[in-house]
Amino acid sequence: MPRWACSIKEAPKVSVVFQNVRLIDPSTNRDEEADVVITNGLIGDILRPMGYRPSSEKAIPVLSCNGSWFVPGLVDMHVHLREPGEEYKETIASGTRAAVAGGFVAVACMPNTKPPNDSYTVTRFIVDKAAREGASIVYPVGAITKGLLGEELTEMGSLVEAGVVAFSDDGRPVMNAQVMRRAMEYSLIFSVPIISHCEDLQLSAGGVANEGMISLKLGLRGLPSIAEEVMVARDIMIAKWTGARLHIAHVSTKYSVELIRRAKREGLPITAETAPHYFTLTEEALQGYDAVYKVNPPLRTLEDVEAVVEGLSDGTIDAIATDHAPHSVLEKDVEFDNAAFGMIGLETALPLSLELVRKGILSPLRAIALLSTNPARILGISLGSIEIGKPAFATLIDPNHEWVVNPDEFFSISRNCPFKGWSLRGRVQMTIVDGSLVFMDTDGICAPLGNIYAPRS
Amino acid sequence: METHYRKKDLLGIEELSRGEIEHILEIAKSFREVNERAIKKVPTLRGKTIVSLFYEPSTRTKMSFEIAAKRLSADTYSISTTTSSMVKGETFLDTIKNLEAMKPDVFIIRHSQSGIPHRIASITPVSVINAGDGQHEHPSQALLDLLTVLDHRGSVEGLELLIVGDVLHSRVARSNIWAFTKMGAKVTLCGPPTLLPLNTLEKLFYGTQVKVTYDLDGAIPEADVLMVLRLQLERQKLSFFPSLREYSLLYGINSRRLQRAKKDLIVMHPGPINRGVELSSDVIDGARSVILDQVTNGVSVRMAILYILAQRGSEL
Repeated sequence: MPRWACSIKEAPKVSVVFQNVRLIDPSTNRDEEADVVITNGLIGDILRPMGYRPSSEKAIPVLSCNGSWFVPGLVDMHVHLREPGEEYKETIASGTRAAVAGGFVAVACMPNTKPPNDSYTVTRFIVDKAAREGASIVYPVGAITKGLLGEELTEMGSLVEAGVVAFSDDGRPVMNAQVMRRAMEYSLIFSVPIISHCEDLQLSAGGVANEGMISLKLGLRGLPSIAEEVMVARDIMIAKWTGARLHIAHVSTKYSVELIRRAKREGLPITAETAPHYFTLTEEALQGYDAVYKVNPPLRTLEDVEAVVEGLSDGTIDAIATDHAPHSVLEKDVEFDNAAFGMIGLETALPLSLELVRKGILSPLRAIALLSTNPARILGISLGSIEIGKPAFATLIDPNHEWVVNPDEFFSISRNCPFKGWSLRGRVQMTIVDGSLVFMDTDGICAPLGNIYAPRS
Repeated sequence: METHYRKKDLLGIEELSRGEIEHILEIAKSFREVNERAIKKVPTLRGKTIVSLFYEPSTRTKMSFEIAAKRLSADTYSISTTTSSMVKGETFLDTIKNLEAMKPDVFIIRHSQSGIPHRIASITPVSVINAGDGQHEHPSQALLDLLTVLDHRGSVEGLELLIVGDVLHSRVARSNIWAFTKMGAKVTLCGPPTLLPLNTLEKLFYGTQVKVTYDLDGAIPEADVLMVLRLQLERQKLSFFPSLREYSLLYGINSRRLQRAKKDLIVMHPGPINRGVELSSDVIDGARSVILDQVTNGVSVRMAILYILAQRGSEL
């Protein structure tokens, strides 16, 4: 088994010296060569490169890393784990394995499960299941409204007590502005963000592809960028009025980026994320009517992609999140109009983001901030940094390792990946969650550890 | 500063001076003894005519004014929406003009819309008492609340009043914020942000002794007086809060929550209470509760108000 992933419970605690890594930690603005010592799962020491001197009494395996990146474990603030209710698409066990294989030590899962996570009971189910079977940490996101219907607020106090870190009706907007206003006001009690899926349902009704030249040519019903933008504008205004913490999910259009940029310039506490497909793919991908490219918000124009990339580079967009949305062939290998929206992303997000580093658009520090430190800060969780004395949450990355995407090798149950056959650069070698080794690729630089560390079962 | 109450009407606490408030309270205290007699009646307002117009349901306030008037020997009459010509389409101003033509001395008015008593007071020479207008003011309630706190604490000066609940829609809260700050108390308002518009409240009471917080458990240990507001249950439908259960968990007062309170904290509620929602039964019926003292004081305070306003003409 060249690449294996296991639950935190099964994973061995790590004691390894990572010799000669490139340590990139945006929380301290640190990007330098180092030796990192992990002892019994804790960050024991950070030394100058080749600075580790073994002591005879406690021999720790030394892994020669040849400049691989050692970064704070990645945090994906937007995934769909499909459990409870749609376990044929993904489970907490499979989704978190896909997460750690992609370098993510924690994921925030959206509440549009069956039943939706709008109650203490469902949140506890997810938290408990994740503790038993999860390979990464799972932070549930609670629903804003009961049943995701956009009408009545959920018992946010009980949800926070059960463990949610944010609220969202993701997959659906809160169409009623008054309800959104109440939700933002009410969220002030708990100081947790409201994550908004920005889509005006009247404007998007029936749409399956970005409204424009391509949708016109292909004869697909349009889902216009204004459907997103009017809601971004509305929610920014409601956030300004209420003083609430608003986070805009999956930003995909040029003017959404501009609206967020202006709001930030005004000093409003607004944050935003985008997904790799919005800075990598355009609507051109729809030419063959393959529903693997059907996603909501839809793939946009090159101009939108360029604006999203600019937003990532200038700080307008705070986080890269995958919006990992697993679907089976039952939902995807069907007529374009009937196919479900969404694509998986956990196992390809890192190399796609590193592509922006290679192009010189993002610095390595900025890329890791977008994938780890910033989303952790937005969710108010204590991840996204490498600190001596703290349990290790870390990802070891070989940034130059080139590989061909083959969804059949994914840990995710689903295969709806739009990057099948792509040659990508950058590969996760090892993922450590709470000091435990939950993922390793024994074919690469970690080969020497292959015989030492293996999951307990 | 005015030390005697000489206004024609009692419309709100906002426009009163501390002297005027104290004048009413002094007279209220002097009437108490009447309410303890075997024969609870004095001839003070004999020959005075008092008309009550209650355009909104009321138990305590309506009965309290009625008992107060009768104990002062005034003649009382009351009209409610269902039995008045309002149902035939007469405007409220025409109704008032017609009643005024029968030469009453005082109108007592309760209305679900803010500002109605003020409109009426501006067009009639008859004295008008606001018995609660919409979400605006309920001055007699604030005065009886002050009297109750004075009974238990001797003075209001420097006390910490904590008002919990639906401040946004509460006339009781508005009148009490004015009343207690004018008398030198500090006021903290607490409730869910949907029912406590922080920015506007802070602007409205900027520079006064009024604070706003969402953290009930943080506020309770500081309080000397805890005033719990009635939660209007229909607000849930409008998404001001998710459920009665959660409201009760976050902002309901119960004895567990009061374990961190000062020993001599007193608990008040203007009624009617939703038992088990904003206030648990063990607190309502417990040693800290002064809720029924409030009701008793209501009669004396309303006797004082009626006395001052109905006597006004005779002094001249």
